[in-house]
Amino acid sequence: MTHGARTNRTISAEGISRVEGEGSLRVRVQDGQVIDVALDIFEPPRYFEALLVGRHFSEAPDITARICGICPVAYQMSACLAMEDACDVVIDERIAALRRLLYCGEWIQSHALHIYLLHAPDFLGCADAVALAELDPASVTRGLELKRTGNLVMRTVGGRAVHPVNVRVGGFYRVPDVASINALAEPLRNARDAALRTVEWVSGFEFPDVTNEYRFVALDQPGGYAIDGGNPASSDGLALSPAQFAEIAVEEHVARSTALQATLGGVHRYLTGPLARFALNAERLPAIAREAASAAGLEGPCGNPFRSIVVRAVELVFACDEALRLVEQYEPPNQPAVEVIARRATGTAATEAPRGLLLHQYDLDDEGIIRRARIMPPTSQNQLSIEDDLRRVVESGLALDDDELQWRCEQAVRNHDPCISCAAHFLDLTVERS
Amino acid sequence: MSDTLVTTNRPTLAVWKFASCDGCQLSLLDGVDELLTLAKAVRIAHFTEMSRASVDGPYDISLVEGSITTAQDFERIKDVRANSRYLVTIGACAATGGIQALRNFAAPGEYAGIVYAHPEYLDSLDSSTPISSHVRVDYELHGCPIDRGQLLEVLLALLAGRRPVIASHSVCRECKARGTVCLLVSGETPCLGPVTRAGCGGLCPSIGRGCFGCFGPSESANCASLVTRLKGLGTPDATVAHLFGTFNTAASGFVEQAQSLRVAVASPEIRPRERTEPRP
Repeated sequence: MTHGARTNRTISAEGISRVEGEGSLRVRVQDGQVIDVALDIFEPPRYFEALLVGRHFSEAPDITARICGICPVAYQMSACLAMEDACDVVIDERIAALRRLLYCGEWIQSHALHIYLLHAPDFLGCADAVALAELDPASVTRGLELKRTGNLVMRTVGGRAVHPVNVRVGGFYRVPDVASINALAEPLRNARDAALRTVEWVSGFEFPDVTNEYRFVALDQPGGYAIDGGNPASSDGLALSPAQFAEIAVEEHVARSTALQATLGGVHRYLTGPLARFALNAERLPAIAREAASAAGLEGPCGNPFRSIVVRAVELVFACDEALRLVEQYEPPNQPAVEVIARRATGTAATEAPRGLLLHQYDLDDEGIIRRARIMPPTSQNQLSIEDDLRRVVESGLALDDDELQWRCEQAVRNHDPCISCAAHFLDLTVERS
Repeated sequence: MSDTLVTTNRPTLAVWKFASCDGCQLSLLDGVDELLTLAKAVRIAHFTEMSRASVDGPYDISLVEGSITTAQDFERIKDVRANSRYLVTIGACAATGGIQALRNFAAPGEYAGIVYAHPEYLDSLDSSTPISSHVRVDYELHGCPIDRGQLLEVLLALLAGRRPVIASHSVCRECKARGTVCLLVSGETPCLGPVTRAGCGGLCPSIGRGCFGCFGPSESANCASLVTRLKGLGTPDATVAHLFGTFNTAASGFVEQAQSLRVAVASPEIRPRERTEPRP
């Protein structure tokens, strides 16, 4: 959509594609200056934090899973951990290992989906993965195989790939038998090889030469690369409990968005997700993922959002390797779940959804009924950083025609794998060159 | 559905999202062989989650995910219908209003006030309604999420010009076929299997968990009788109300049970969200 001369223009994209959910983008340029960038999220609100009120704590994992069909396990895990925090329950190590395996399955399917079907087509000038498949069928097939392996892990541990049914507060309904877990080893070995080829493939793409300054926030989980829990930490030195983080992360409601926008202390925008995790936790990656990262030219924190696809591929190697480790070391828990007795308390927890930090907080009464729920999804936390990225893309891309600039803007949004269904709780582009 | 779509040169497929989680349309992106084969059999003309290319209608088949919850969507679904030869809804949200239909039973504006500091910024109705409340629907696929096998069956049937073969009986038959011991009989675990539409394959009972009705009511479901049985097991009213009143809360058959029991459950105190000053 083109309006007006090059120095004064409006670019708008209504219905940003290859993201999960519905949103749009509006950019206004006046006298060659970018005067406004807005990411409008018009995903219809579904009011999860309201409909959870009055529900029993045990219902939260299944209900919150429905916020997002792409990352239901993230919702289930953050909900379980928050309830266990409220009820002062610590699950045993074997149940924790099984949860981490399920979560690895979700990382594999979500990252494979984003890299191959949603993000790679941008770098290769294709409208979608179907067009990409005509150009490079082997790569698309590899991506879909990776996704299938992620789904297989989710089905084996969780019962199904979308909205798993086997998760409960305290653990699981049924412990998977050793044979079905062992059967995951070979597909995961193949997936790990495919993930290594993915890193090589995406590291060969052409990337715009940009470096942005981000305040990164990711979980710090002792003993490993954080997935299924931990304490929020930032690149400028914050180290907080999930409850402390919930206090300083301020969400505001702005007119153009059904997603609440988060800042630290009402002032600082920040970024969660693969770039943040890699910047803060890279040394905790297993050797195979660190070596793949080095070979792909990733040394230290990466401030180029377009290269997030490489970081995501490195995380794909990690998730496959970690899942394989958990499979090889699998020991069935003695009980599928530990008993959780409700008490009047507030519970807070965060986990690393594939697209970033996901925080849940609940107030429970004596009967275990939810009296207040707060859910802070990754995209509402990333929204201001994404808008800042967009501003830079437009400023550096004013020489591009509107169609090219619009594509570049969409790509800049997809860099962060936003999940708009989650955020509203995303995209059309409007660039106004007035 | 007697005529065949294959007579036209590569029929067009469009995918539309309304209020939903994206989980059902994700089913389309899941299969290795299916997605690429499907792309050969049909022209994917509009599918925002998958492609930045979009072709104008009319479309041969539209898949619709999600429920109607905004004034804008109320108009948009009419356009989708007018531009579609066959309109197939996918999932519980589109078929029954989904979990977000819980707002239908709250005081007007109550939910918005809990989540948003400025409800006046929102275009959001006080109800979540199924697609069939607004336009003619040719086929409904149930489930939260849908079963991918059922989706492929409907697409194949439409392409071949035959009627889809989708079960309308209850989950009980799937448990019997699977050899799962009945939880209601043996374990006295509350289970909606006897009144819930088949499609999941009897998943939850197979892991020792009672069915929670994510495929919605089966044909001629006797929900009142099941409520009597559940109460006989000593299941609290609130639990029964929540079993019927969650993922298909507004579905005919479930809604009556959920509502009659919900009134007996004390309504929670309402705490509106604290207001922050809007960003300039």
